[in-house]
Amino acid sequence: MSAVLSPVAVGDSGEPLIRWDWIGRNSDIITHALNDHLVLAIVPVLVGLAVSLPIGLLCARYRWLYAPVVGITSVLYAIPAIALFVVLVAFTGLTRTTVIIPLTLYTLSVLVPAVVDGMDSVPEHVRQAATAMGFGTLRRLVQVELPIAVPVVMAGLRVATVSNISLVSVGALIGVGGLGQLFTDGFNRDFTTPIVVGIALIIALAIVADVLLLIVQRVLTPWARAGGSRRTERRAVRAELATPEEAAL
Amino acid sequence: MDAGTHNPFVSEWNGVTAAPEEDVNRLITFTGVTKRYPDGTVAVHDLDLEIPAGRITVLVGPSGCGKTTTLRMVNRMIDPTTGTITVDGRDIREVDPPKLRRGIGYVIQQAGLFPHRTIIDNIATVPYLLHQDKKQARARALELMERVGLDTALAKRYPSQLSGGQQQRVGVARALAADPPIMLMDEPFSAVDPIVRHQLQDEFLRLQSEVEKTIVFVTHDIDEAVKLGHRIAVFQVGGVLAQYATPDELLANPANDFVRDFLGGDRGIRRLRFVQELDAEAAAEAAVQAADGGPPPPTDDEAATAGER
Repeated sequence: MSAVLSPVAVGDSGEPLIRWDWIGRNSDIITHALNDHLVLAIVPVLVGLAVSLPIGLLCARYRWLYAPVVGITSVLYAIPAIALFVVLVAFTGLTRTTVIIPLTLYTLSVLVPAVVDGMDSVPEHVRQAATAMGFGTLRRLVQVELPIAVPVVMAGLRVATVSNISLVSVGALIGVGGLGQLFTDGFNRDFTTPIVVGIALIIALAIVADVLLLIVQRVLTPWARAGGSRRTERRAVRAELATPEEAAL
Repeated sequence: MDAGTHNPFVSEWNGVTAAPEEDVNRLITFTGVTKRYPDGTVAVHDLDLEIPAGRITVLVGPSGCGKTTTLRMVNRMIDPTTGTITVDGRDIREVDPPKLRRGIGYVIQQAGLFPHRTIIDNIATVPYLLHQDKKQARARALELMERVGLDTALAKRYPSQLSGGQQQRVGVARALAADPPIMLMDEPFSAVDPIVRHQLQDEFLRLQSEVEKTIVFVTHDIDEAVKLGHRIAVFQVGGVLAQYATPDELLANPANDFVRDFLGGDRGIRRLRFVQELDAEAAAEAAVQAADGGPPPPTDDEAATAGER
Protein backbone atom coordinates (compact mmCIF):
# COMPACT_ATOMS: atom_id res chain seq x y z
CA MET A 1 0.00 0.00 0.00
CA SER A 2 2.94 2.30 0.49
CA ALA A 3 3.76 2.06 -3.19
CA VAL A 4 2.07 5.38 -3.74
CA LEU A 5 4.18 7.11 -1.16
CA SER A 6 7.36 8.63 -2.46
CA PRO A 7 10.40 6.68 -1.34
CA VAL A 8 12.82 8.68 0.75
CA ALA A 9 16.27 7.70 1.73
CA VAL A 10 16.38 7.39 5.49
CA GLY A 11 19.53 8.10 7.37
CA ASP A 12 20.23 8.36 11.07
CA SER A 13 21.30 11.90 10.57
CA GLY A 14 20.11 14.47 8.13
CA GLU A 15 16.49 13.19 7.99
CA PRO A 16 14.18 15.96 9.29
CA LEU A 17 11.30 15.21 11.66
CA ILE A 18 8.87 16.36 9.02
CA ARG A 19 9.18 16.75 5.27
CA TRP A 20 6.67 19.35 4.19
CA ASP A 21 6.85 18.41 0.52
CA TRP A 22 5.63 14.89 1.40
CA ILE A 23 2.40 16.36 2.77
CA GLY A 24 1.68 18.23 -0.45
CA ARG A 25 2.38 15.23 -2.63
CA ASN A 26 0.23 12.88 -0.54
CA SER A 27 -2.70 15.12 0.29
CA ASP A 28 -5.15 12.67 -1.32
CA ILE A 29 -4.02 9.87 0.94
CA ILE A 30 -4.13 12.10 4.00
CA THR A 31 -7.64 13.38 3.20
CA HIS A 32 -8.85 9.86 2.63
CA ALA A 33 -7.35 8.69 5.94
CA LEU A 34 -8.93 11.64 7.73
CA ASN A 35 -12.40 10.87 6.33
CA ASP A 36 -12.01 7.24 7.27
CA HIS A 37 -10.93 8.26 10.74
CA LEU A 38 -13.96 10.48 11.22
CA VAL A 39 -16.41 7.77 10.21
CA LEU A 40 -14.66 5.17 12.34
CA ALA A 41 -14.74 7.51 15.35
CA ILE A 42 -18.26 8.88 15.06
CA VAL A 43 -20.29 5.83 14.05
CA PRO A 44 -19.35 3.84 17.20
CA VAL A 45 -20.27 6.82 19.42
CA LEU A 46 -23.68 7.18 17.77
CA VAL A 47 -24.40 3.46 17.85
CA GLY A 48 -23.02 3.32 21.39
CA LEU A 49 -25.34 6.13 22.49
CA ALA A 50 -28.33 4.42 20.87
CA VAL A 51 -27.49 1.21 22.75
CA SER A 52 -26.55 2.92 26.04
CA LEU A 53 -29.70 5.00 26.27
CA PRO A 54 -32.17 2.12 26.78
CA ILE A 55 -29.66 0.15 28.87
CA GLY A 56 -28.92 3.20 31.04
CA LEU A 57 -32.62 3.99 31.47
CA LEU A 58 -33.30 0.40 32.54
CA CYS A 59 -30.39 0.55 35.00
CA ALA A 60 -31.63 3.85 36.40
CA ARG A 61 -35.08 2.36 36.92
CA TYR A 62 -34.06 -1.10 38.11
CA ARG A 63 -31.01 -0.44 40.25
CA TRP A 64 -30.11 -4.09 40.74
CA LEU A 65 -29.25 -4.23 37.02
CA TYR A 66 -26.65 -1.51 37.24
CA ALA A 67 -23.80 -3.35 39.00
CA PRO A 68 -23.84 -6.38 36.67
CA VAL A 69 -24.16 -4.14 33.59
CA VAL A 70 -21.17 -2.02 34.67
CA GLY A 71 -19.28 -5.27 35.29
CA ILE A 72 -20.00 -6.50 31.78
CA THR A 73 -19.11 -3.20 30.06
CA SER A 74 -15.88 -2.98 32.07
CA VAL A 75 -14.88 -6.50 31.04
CA LEU A 76 -15.63 -5.61 27.42
CA TYR A 77 -13.47 -2.53 27.78
CA ALA A 78 -10.65 -4.66 29.15
CA ILE A 79 -10.56 -7.01 26.13
CA PRO A 80 -7.72 -5.92 23.84
CA ALA A 81 -8.91 -4.71 20.45
CA ILE A 82 -6.66 -7.14 18.68
CA ALA A 83 -8.35 -10.10 20.36
CA LEU A 84 -11.75 -8.83 19.22
CA PHE A 85 -10.41 -8.29 15.70
CA VAL A 86 -9.20 -11.87 15.53
CA VAL A 87 -12.64 -13.14 16.46
CA LEU A 88 -14.57 -10.68 14.31
CA VAL A 89 -12.50 -11.00 11.15
CA ALA A 90 -13.90 -14.50 10.77
CA PHE A 91 -17.39 -13.01 10.48
CA THR A 92 -17.00 -9.52 9.10
CA GLY A 93 -13.63 -9.71 7.31
CA LEU A 94 -11.18 -6.84 7.00
CA THR A 95 -13.91 -4.21 6.91
CA ARG A 96 -14.89 -1.08 8.80
CA THR A 97 -17.52 -3.14 10.64
CA THR A 98 -14.76 -5.16 12.26
CA VAL A 99 -13.32 -1.96 13.72
CA ILE A 100 -16.64 -0.33 14.52
CA ILE A 101 -17.94 -3.20 16.66
CA PRO A 102 -15.15 -3.18 19.31
CA LEU A 103 -15.08 0.62 19.41
CA THR A 104 -18.85 0.63 19.98
CA LEU A 105 -18.48 -1.85 22.82
CA TYR A 106 -15.80 0.36 24.39
CA THR A 107 -18.08 3.42 24.41
CA LEU A 108 -20.63 1.54 26.52
CA SER A 109 -18.37 1.65 29.56
CA VAL A 110 -18.53 5.45 29.43
CA LEU A 111 -22.01 6.08 28.06
CA VAL A 112 -24.09 3.70 30.18
CA PRO A 113 -22.87 5.30 33.43
CA ALA A 114 -23.36 8.72 31.81
CA VAL A 115 -27.03 7.97 31.14
CA VAL A 116 -27.54 6.59 34.66
CA ASP A 117 -25.77 9.60 36.24
CA GLY A 118 -27.83 11.89 34.00
CA MET A 119 -31.05 10.35 35.26
CA ASP A 120 -29.73 10.61 38.82
CA SER A 121 -29.11 14.32 38.23
CA VAL A 122 -32.88 14.89 37.95
CA PRO A 123 -33.92 16.16 41.40
CA GLU A 124 -36.49 13.91 43.06
CA HIS A 125 -38.80 16.86 43.80
CA VAL A 126 -38.79 17.80 40.12
CA ARG A 127 -39.72 14.25 39.16
CA GLN A 128 -42.51 14.23 41.75
CA ALA A 129 -43.81 17.61 40.68
CA ALA A 130 -43.96 16.36 37.09
CA THR A 131 -45.93 13.30 38.13
CA ALA A 132 -48.24 15.37 40.30
CA MET A 133 -49.00 17.73 37.44
CA GLY A 134 -50.18 14.88 35.28
CA PHE A 135 -47.21 13.79 33.20
CA GLY A 136 -47.42 10.11 32.22
CA THR A 137 -44.26 8.01 32.52
CA LEU A 138 -43.19 8.37 28.88
CA ARG A 139 -44.01 12.06 28.62
CA ARG A 140 -42.16 12.74 31.86
CA LEU A 141 -39.13 10.91 30.50
CA VAL A 142 -39.07 12.77 27.19
CA GLN A 143 -40.09 16.24 28.33
CA VAL A 144 -38.58 16.44 31.81
CA GLU A 145 -36.04 13.77 32.74
CA LEU A 146 -34.04 13.45 29.51
CA PRO A 147 -33.69 17.22 28.94
CA ILE A 148 -32.41 17.64 32.50
CA ALA A 149 -30.01 14.70 31.98
CA VAL A 150 -28.51 16.26 28.82
CA PRO A 151 -25.49 18.04 30.42
CA VAL A 152 -24.31 14.87 32.17
CA VAL A 153 -24.91 12.65 29.12
CA MET A 154 -23.15 15.17 26.90
CA ALA A 155 -20.13 15.13 29.21
CA GLY A 156 -19.95 11.35 28.75
CA LEU A 157 -20.42 11.74 25.01
CA ARG A 158 -17.47 14.11 24.82
CA VAL A 159 -15.23 11.68 26.69
CA ALA A 160 -16.35 8.79 24.48
CA THR A 161 -15.81 10.79 21.28
CA VAL A 162 -12.35 12.05 22.16
CA SER A 163 -11.17 8.66 23.41
CA ASN A 164 -12.59 7.03 20.28
CA ILE A 165 -10.77 9.42 17.99
CA SER A 166 -7.51 8.20 19.48
CA LEU A 167 -8.62 4.55 19.62
CA VAL A 168 -9.48 4.35 15.91
CA SER A 169 -5.76 4.11 15.04
CA VAL A 170 -5.72 0.60 16.43
CA GLY A 171 -7.71 -0.47 13.35
CA ALA A 172 -4.47 -0.07 11.41
CA LEU A 173 -3.67 -3.55 12.74
CA ILE A 174 -6.12 -4.90 10.16
CA GLY A 175 -5.56 -2.13 7.64
CA VAL A 176 -8.65 -0.09 8.59
CA GLY A 177 -7.24 2.52 10.89
CA GLY A 178 -7.97 5.92 9.38
CA LEU A 179 -5.07 8.16 10.28
CA GLY A 180 -3.53 5.16 12.02
CA GLN A 181 -2.53 3.97 8.56
CA LEU A 182 -0.03 6.80 8.50
CA PHE A 183 1.58 5.37 11.65
CA THR A 184 2.09 1.90 10.20
CA ASP A 185 3.40 3.44 7.01
CA GLY A 186 5.86 5.59 8.90
CA PHE A 187 7.02 2.77 11.16
CA ASN A 188 7.43 0.35 8.26
CA ARG A 189 9.71 2.73 6.47
CA ASP A 190 11.33 4.33 9.51
CA PHE A 191 10.01 7.62 8.16
CA THR A 192 8.71 10.15 10.72
CA THR A 193 6.73 12.56 8.55
CA PRO A 194 3.51 10.47 8.23
CA ILE A 195 3.64 9.69 11.96
CA VAL A 196 3.89 13.34 12.91
CA VAL A 197 1.12 14.27 10.45
CA GLY A 198 -1.10 11.48 11.85
CA ILE A 199 -0.58 12.54 15.46
CA ALA A 200 -1.18 16.22 14.66
CA LEU A 201 -4.39 15.48 12.77
CA ILE A 202 -5.71 13.15 15.47
CA ILE A 203 -5.13 15.80 18.14
CA ALA A 204 -6.71 18.48 15.96
CA LEU A 205 -9.69 16.23 15.26
CA ALA A 206 -10.16 15.52 18.98
CA ILE A 207 -10.07 19.21 19.84
CA VAL A 208 -12.46 20.21 17.06
CA ALA A 209 -14.90 17.42 17.99
CA ASP A 210 -14.80 18.38 21.66
CA VAL A 211 -15.43 22.04 20.93
CA LEU A 212 -18.28 21.20 18.55
CA LEU A 213 -19.92 18.98 21.16
CA LEU A 214 -19.50 21.70 23.76
CA ILE A 215 -21.27 24.15 21.45
CA VAL A 216 -24.07 21.64 20.84
CA GLN A 217 -24.42 21.20 24.58
CA ARG A 218 -24.65 24.94 25.17
CA VAL A 219 -27.29 25.33 22.48
CA LEU A 220 -29.28 22.40 23.87
CA THR A 221 -29.11 23.53 27.50
CA PRO A 222 -29.23 27.32 27.79
CA TRP A 223 -30.71 26.81 31.27
CA ALA A 224 -27.61 25.03 32.57
CA ARG A 225 -25.62 28.25 32.32
CA ALA A 226 -28.47 30.39 33.57
CA GLY A 227 -27.13 30.22 37.12
CA GLY A 228 -24.37 32.50 35.84
CA SER A 229 -26.11 35.71 36.76
CA ARG A 230 -26.41 34.51 40.33
CA ARG A 231 -22.76 33.57 40.44
CA THR A 232 -22.00 37.04 39.22
CA GLU A 233 -24.17 38.42 41.99
CA ARG A 234 -22.31 36.37 44.56
CA ARG A 235 -19.04 37.62 43.20
CA ALA A 236 -20.37 41.14 43.43
CA VAL A 237 -21.38 40.53 47.04
CA ARG A 238 -17.96 39.11 47.82
CA ALA A 239 -16.32 42.09 46.23
CA GLU A 240 -18.46 44.41 48.33
CA LEU A 241 -17.62 42.47 51.47
CA ALA A 242 -13.95 42.58 50.62
CA THR A 243 -13.87 46.32 50.16
CA PRO A 244 -14.04 47.44 53.83
CA GLU A 245 -11.37 44.93 54.79
CA GLU A 246 -9.12 46.21 52.07
CA ALA A 247 -9.86 49.73 53.18
CA ALA A 248 -8.87 48.76 56.72
CA LEU A 249 -5.58 47.44 55.44
CA MET B 1 -57.36 56.01 44.89
CA ASP B 2 -60.79 55.35 46.36
CA ALA B 3 -59.81 52.54 48.71
CA GLY B 4 -60.80 54.64 51.70
CA THR B 5 -64.11 52.86 52.18
CA HIS B 6 -62.59 49.40 51.89
CA ASN B 7 -60.16 47.68 54.16
CA PRO B 8 -58.22 45.01 52.25
CA PHE B 9 -57.62 43.04 55.42
CA VAL B 10 -61.31 42.37 55.72
CA SER B 11 -61.62 40.95 52.25
CA GLU B 12 -58.55 38.90 52.98
CA TRP B 13 -60.43 37.01 55.62
CA ASN B 14 -63.87 37.03 53.98
CA GLY B 15 -63.33 33.81 52.10
CA VAL B 16 -61.97 32.10 55.15
CA THR B 17 -64.41 32.95 57.85
CA ALA B 18 -67.55 34.57 56.50
CA ALA B 19 -69.88 31.82 55.22
CA PRO B 20 -71.72 29.68 57.78
CA GLU B 21 -70.17 26.26 57.91
CA GLU B 22 -73.36 24.26 57.38
CA ASP B 23 -73.75 25.55 53.81
CA VAL B 24 -70.34 24.32 52.71
CA ASN B 25 -70.39 21.28 50.46
CA ARG B 26 -67.82 18.59 51.06
CA LEU B 27 -65.53 18.36 48.07
CA ILE B 28 -63.05 15.73 49.22
CA THR B 29 -64.03 12.85 51.48
CA PHE B 30 -61.97 10.11 53.06
CA THR B 31 -63.96 7.09 54.25
CA GLY B 32 -62.20 4.42 56.32
CA VAL B 33 -58.90 5.11 54.56
CA THR B 34 -55.86 3.12 55.70
CA LYS B 35 -52.41 3.09 54.11
CA ARG B 36 -50.24 0.19 55.15
CA TYR B 37 -46.85 -0.31 53.53
CA PRO B 38 -45.49 -3.78 52.63
CA ASP B 39 -43.10 -3.63 55.61
CA GLY B 40 -46.10 -3.35 57.91
CA THR B 41 -45.79 0.38 58.71
CA VAL B 42 -49.17 2.03 58.98
CA ALA B 43 -48.93 5.55 57.55
CA VAL B 44 -52.62 6.39 57.82
CA HIS B 45 -55.02 4.56 60.10
CA ASP B 46 -58.75 4.29 59.36
CA LEU B 47 -59.19 7.92 58.38
CA ASP B 48 -62.57 9.57 58.00
CA LEU B 49 -62.27 13.17 56.86
CA GLU B 50 -64.44 15.61 54.97
CA ILE B 51 -62.72 18.55 53.34
CA PRO B 52 -64.94 21.54 52.59
CA ALA B 53 -65.00 23.21 49.18
CA GLY B 54 -63.50 26.67 48.78
CA ARG B 55 -61.65 26.61 52.11
CA ILE B 56 -58.18 25.97 53.45
CA THR B 57 -57.95 22.73 55.38
CA VAL B 58 -54.65 22.24 57.15
CA LEU B 59 -53.20 18.83 57.97
CA VAL B 60 -50.74 19.24 60.81
CA GLY B 61 -48.67 16.94 62.96
CA PRO B 62 -45.16 15.71 63.73
CA SER B 63 -43.11 13.95 61.07
CA GLY B 64 -44.27 10.41 60.40
CA CYS B 65 -47.88 11.18 61.30
CA GLY B 66 -49.21 10.46 57.80
CA LYS B 67 -50.18 14.01 56.85
CA THR B 68 -48.21 14.01 53.60
CA THR B 69 -49.40 10.49 52.79
CA THR B 70 -52.96 11.70 53.28
CA LEU B 71 -52.34 14.65 50.97
CA ARG B 72 -50.77 12.49 48.29
CA MET B 73 -53.63 10.04 48.30
CA VAL B 74 -55.92 12.80 46.98
CA ASN B 75 -54.15 12.93 43.60
CA ARG B 76 -53.25 9.23 43.64
CA MET B 77 -49.52 9.76 44.06
CA ILE B 78 -50.19 7.09 46.71
CA ASP B 79 -53.12 4.69 46.60
CA PRO B 80 -54.76 3.69 49.90
CA THR B 81 -54.62 0.08 51.06
CA THR B 82 -58.29 0.15 52.06
CA GLY B 83 -61.05 2.73 52.12
CA THR B 84 -62.48 5.20 49.64
CA ILE B 85 -61.60 8.73 48.62
CA THR B 86 -64.04 10.80 46.62
CA VAL B 87 -63.59 14.12 44.91
CA ASP B 88 -66.80 15.94 44.08
CA GLY B 89 -68.72 12.73 44.82
CA ARG B 90 -66.65 10.62 42.49
CA ASP B 91 -64.43 7.74 43.58
CA ILE B 92 -60.94 8.75 42.43
CA ARG B 93 -60.02 5.13 41.69
CA GLU B 94 -62.23 5.44 38.61
CA VAL B 95 -60.14 8.28 37.22
CA ASP B 96 -56.92 7.78 35.23
CA PRO B 97 -54.18 9.26 37.51
CA PRO B 98 -52.61 11.70 35.00
CA LYS B 99 -56.06 13.01 34.12
CA LEU B 100 -57.03 13.34 37.77
CA ARG B 101 -53.77 15.18 38.54
CA ARG B 102 -54.18 17.74 35.78
CA GLY B 103 -57.31 18.90 37.60
CA ILE B 104 -55.55 19.25 40.96
CA GLY B 105 -52.92 21.91 41.62
CA TYR B 106 -49.83 20.78 43.50
CA VAL B 107 -47.26 22.86 45.35
CA ILE B 108 -44.31 21.36 47.24
CA GLN B 109 -41.60 22.56 49.58
CA GLN B 110 -38.70 22.82 47.10
CA ALA B 111 -41.10 24.24 44.48
CA GLY B 112 -40.16 21.40 42.09
CA LEU B 113 -39.79 23.77 39.16
CA PHE B 114 -38.42 22.43 35.89
CA PRO B 115 -34.86 23.79 35.68
CA HIS B 116 -34.80 23.49 31.87
CA ARG B 117 -37.91 25.56 31.27
CA THR B 118 -38.36 29.31 31.57
CA ILE B 119 -40.59 30.70 34.30
CA ILE B 120 -43.45 31.37 31.89
CA ASP B 121 -43.26 27.83 30.47
CA ASN B 122 -43.05 26.39 33.97
CA ILE B 123 -46.26 28.16 34.88
CA ALA B 124 -48.00 27.07 31.68
CA THR B 125 -47.05 23.40 32.19
CA VAL B 126 -50.52 22.01 32.88
CA PRO B 127 -52.28 24.10 30.18
CA TYR B 128 -49.73 22.69 27.71
CA LEU B 129 -50.50 19.18 28.97
CA LEU B 130 -54.19 19.87 28.42
CA HIS B 131 -53.35 20.98 24.85
CA GLN B 132 -54.63 24.46 25.46
CA ASP B 133 -53.73 27.19 23.00
CA LYS B 134 -50.08 28.12 23.60
CA LYS B 135 -50.59 31.84 23.23
CA GLN B 136 -53.50 31.88 25.64
CA ALA B 137 -51.61 29.71 28.12
CA ARG B 138 -48.71 32.17 28.09
CA ALA B 139 -50.96 35.18 28.44
CA ARG B 140 -52.57 33.50 31.42
CA ALA B 141 -49.15 32.66 32.86
CA LEU B 142 -48.12 36.33 32.69
CA GLU B 143 -51.35 37.33 34.39
CA LEU B 144 -50.68 34.77 37.14
CA MET B 145 -47.16 36.09 37.64
CA GLU B 146 -48.62 39.47 38.49
CA ARG B 147 -51.22 37.85 40.67
CA VAL B 148 -48.66 36.06 42.84
CA GLY B 149 -46.51 39.19 43.05
CA LEU B 150 -43.82 38.36 40.50
CA ASP B 151 -42.31 40.90 38.13
CA THR B 152 -43.25 39.77 34.59
CA ALA B 153 -39.72 40.75 33.52
CA LEU B 154 -38.72 37.40 35.06
CA ALA B 155 -40.85 35.47 32.54
CA LYS B 156 -37.93 34.44 30.33
CA ARG B 157 -35.58 33.60 33.18
CA TYR B 158 -34.81 30.10 34.37
CA PRO B 159 -35.66 28.90 37.90
CA SER B 160 -32.01 28.87 39.01
CA GLN B 161 -31.94 32.63 38.49
CA LEU B 162 -34.70 33.23 41.06
CA SER B 163 -34.58 33.41 44.84
CA GLY B 164 -36.25 30.74 46.97
CA GLY B 165 -39.24 32.97 47.70
CA GLN B 166 -39.68 33.83 44.03
CA GLN B 167 -39.47 30.14 43.08
CA GLN B 168 -42.19 29.37 45.61
CA ARG B 169 -44.42 32.02 44.01
CA VAL B 170 -43.81 30.43 40.62
CA GLY B 171 -44.80 27.10 42.16
CA VAL B 172 -48.11 28.59 43.32
CA ALA B 173 -48.72 30.24 39.95
CA ARG B 174 -48.01 26.96 38.18
CA ALA B 175 -50.49 25.14 40.39
CA LEU B 176 -53.14 27.75 39.56
CA ALA B 177 -52.49 27.87 35.80
CA ALA B 178 -55.21 25.49 34.67
CA ASP B 179 -57.60 26.93 37.26
CA PRO B 180 -58.11 23.66 39.15
CA PRO B 181 -60.82 23.63 41.84
CA ILE B 182 -58.46 21.83 44.23
CA MET B 183 -54.91 22.64 45.34
CA LEU B 184 -52.67 20.36 47.34
CA MET B 185 -49.87 22.16 49.16
CA ASP B 186 -47.12 20.23 50.94
CA GLU B 187 -45.17 22.53 53.28
CA PRO B 188 -44.95 25.13 50.51
CA PHE B 189 -43.49 27.87 52.70
CA SER B 190 -41.20 25.81 54.96
CA ALA B 191 -37.98 26.19 52.98
CA VAL B 192 -37.88 30.00 52.97
CA ASP B 193 -36.73 32.28 55.77
CA PRO B 194 -39.29 33.44 58.38
CA ILE B 195 -39.76 36.96 56.99
CA VAL B 196 -40.41 35.76 53.46
CA ARG B 197 -42.60 32.98 54.89
CA HIS B 198 -44.91 35.43 56.68
CA GLN B 199 -45.08 37.55 53.56
CA LEU B 200 -45.93 34.52 51.41
CA GLN B 201 -48.57 33.40 53.93
CA ASP B 202 -50.24 36.82 53.92
CA GLU B 203 -50.26 37.03 50.15
CA PHE B 204 -51.48 33.45 49.94
CA LEU B 205 -54.48 34.35 52.14
CA ARG B 206 -55.21 37.38 49.97
CA LEU B 207 -54.96 35.27 46.82
CA GLN B 208 -57.19 32.57 48.29
CA SER B 209 -59.83 35.15 49.14
CA GLU B 210 -59.94 35.93 45.40
CA VAL B 211 -59.77 32.43 43.95
CA GLU B 212 -61.54 30.43 46.70
CA LYS B 213 -59.95 27.09 45.88
CA THR B 214 -60.41 23.97 47.92
CA ILE B 215 -57.01 23.78 49.53
CA VAL B 216 -55.44 20.93 51.45
CA PHE B 217 -52.35 22.31 53.17
CA VAL B 218 -49.76 20.22 54.98
CA THR B 219 -47.46 21.73 57.59
CA HIS B 220 -45.63 20.72 60.77
CA ASP B 221 -45.89 24.30 62.06
CA ILE B 222 -48.90 24.82 64.32
CA ASP B 223 -48.63 28.62 64.04
CA GLU B 224 -48.91 28.35 60.28
CA ALA B 225 -51.86 25.98 60.68
CA VAL B 226 -53.70 28.40 62.98
CA LYS B 227 -52.94 31.34 60.72
CA LEU B 228 -54.06 29.73 57.46
CA GLY B 229 -56.54 27.02 58.34
CA HIS B 230 -60.28 27.29 58.17
CA ARG B 231 -60.22 23.83 59.63
CA ILE B 232 -57.26 21.98 61.12
CA ALA B 233 -56.74 18.23 61.20
CA VAL B 234 -54.16 17.25 63.82
CA PHE B 235 -52.49 13.92 63.13
CA GLN B 236 -50.48 11.90 65.61
CA VAL B 237 -47.80 9.30 64.94
CA GLY B 238 -49.28 6.11 63.50
CA GLY B 239 -51.48 8.03 61.10
CA VAL B 240 -54.32 8.58 63.58
CA LEU B 241 -56.45 11.69 63.28
CA ALA B 242 -56.38 13.17 66.77
CA GLN B 243 -58.69 16.11 66.21
CA TYR B 244 -60.43 17.89 63.37
CA ALA B 245 -61.74 21.32 64.27
CA THR B 246 -61.66 25.04 63.60
CA PRO B 247 -58.55 26.81 64.96
CA ASP B 248 -60.54 28.41 67.79
CA GLU B 249 -62.15 25.16 68.85
CA LEU B 250 -58.79 23.41 68.68
CA LEU B 251 -57.08 25.98 70.89
CA ALA B 252 -60.00 26.12 73.35
CA ASN B 253 -60.68 22.38 73.64
CA PRO B 254 -57.79 20.09 72.68
CA ALA B 255 -59.19 16.59 72.29
CA ASN B 256 -56.39 14.81 74.16
CA ASP B 257 -52.95 15.17 75.74
CA PHE B 258 -51.20 14.72 72.43
CA VAL B 259 -53.04 17.65 70.87
CA ARG B 260 -52.48 19.75 73.99
CA ASP B 261 -48.74 19.03 73.90
CA PHE B 262 -48.55 19.64 70.18
CA LEU B 263 -50.24 23.03 70.53
CA GLY B 264 -47.59 23.87 73.10
CA GLY B 265 -47.47 25.78 76.37
CA ASP B 266 -48.40 29.15 74.89
CA ARG B 267 -51.73 27.82 73.66
CA GLY B 268 -53.66 30.32 75.79
CA ILE B 269 -51.73 33.28 74.37
CA ARG B 270 -52.09 31.91 70.87
CA ARG B 271 -55.84 31.60 71.29
CA LEU B 272 -56.11 35.04 72.78
CA ARG B 273 -54.26 36.51 69.82
CA PHE B 274 -56.36 34.52 67.39
CA VAL B 275 -59.67 35.53 68.98
CA GLN B 276 -58.60 39.16 69.17
CA GLU B 277 -57.79 39.14 65.48
CA LEU B 278 -61.15 37.64 64.69
CA ASP B 279 -62.92 40.24 66.84
CA ALA B 280 -61.00 43.09 65.26
CA GLU B 281 -61.83 41.81 61.81
CA ALA B 282 -65.48 41.27 62.63
CA ALA B 283 -65.66 44.83 63.95
CA ALA B 284 -63.91 46.22 60.90
CA GLU B 285 -66.13 44.21 58.61
CA ALA B 286 -69.27 45.43 60.36
CA ALA B 287 -68.04 48.99 60.04
CA VAL B 288 -67.30 48.58 56.34
CA GLN B 289 -70.65 46.96 55.66
CA ALA B 290 -72.45 49.70 57.55
CA ALA B 291 -70.60 52.29 55.47
CA ASP B 292 -71.04 50.50 52.14
CA GLY B 293 -74.49 49.15 52.72
CA GLY B 294 -73.29 45.77 51.50
CA PRO B 295 -70.22 43.74 50.61
CA PRO B 296 -67.66 45.63 48.52
CA PRO B 297 -67.74 45.09 44.75
CA PRO B 298 -64.87 43.01 43.37
CA THR B 299 -63.42 45.87 41.29
CA ASP B 300 -62.85 47.80 44.47
CA ASP B 301 -61.02 44.79 45.84
CA GLU B 302 -58.72 44.69 42.85
CA ALA B 303 -58.03 48.37 43.05
CA ALA B 304 -57.05 47.98 46.67
CA THR B 305 -54.75 45.08 45.83
CA ALA B 306 -53.15 46.94 42.96
CA GLY B 307 -52.61 49.87 45.25
CA GLU B 308 -50.71 47.67 47.69
CA ARG B 309 -48.06 46.93 45.09
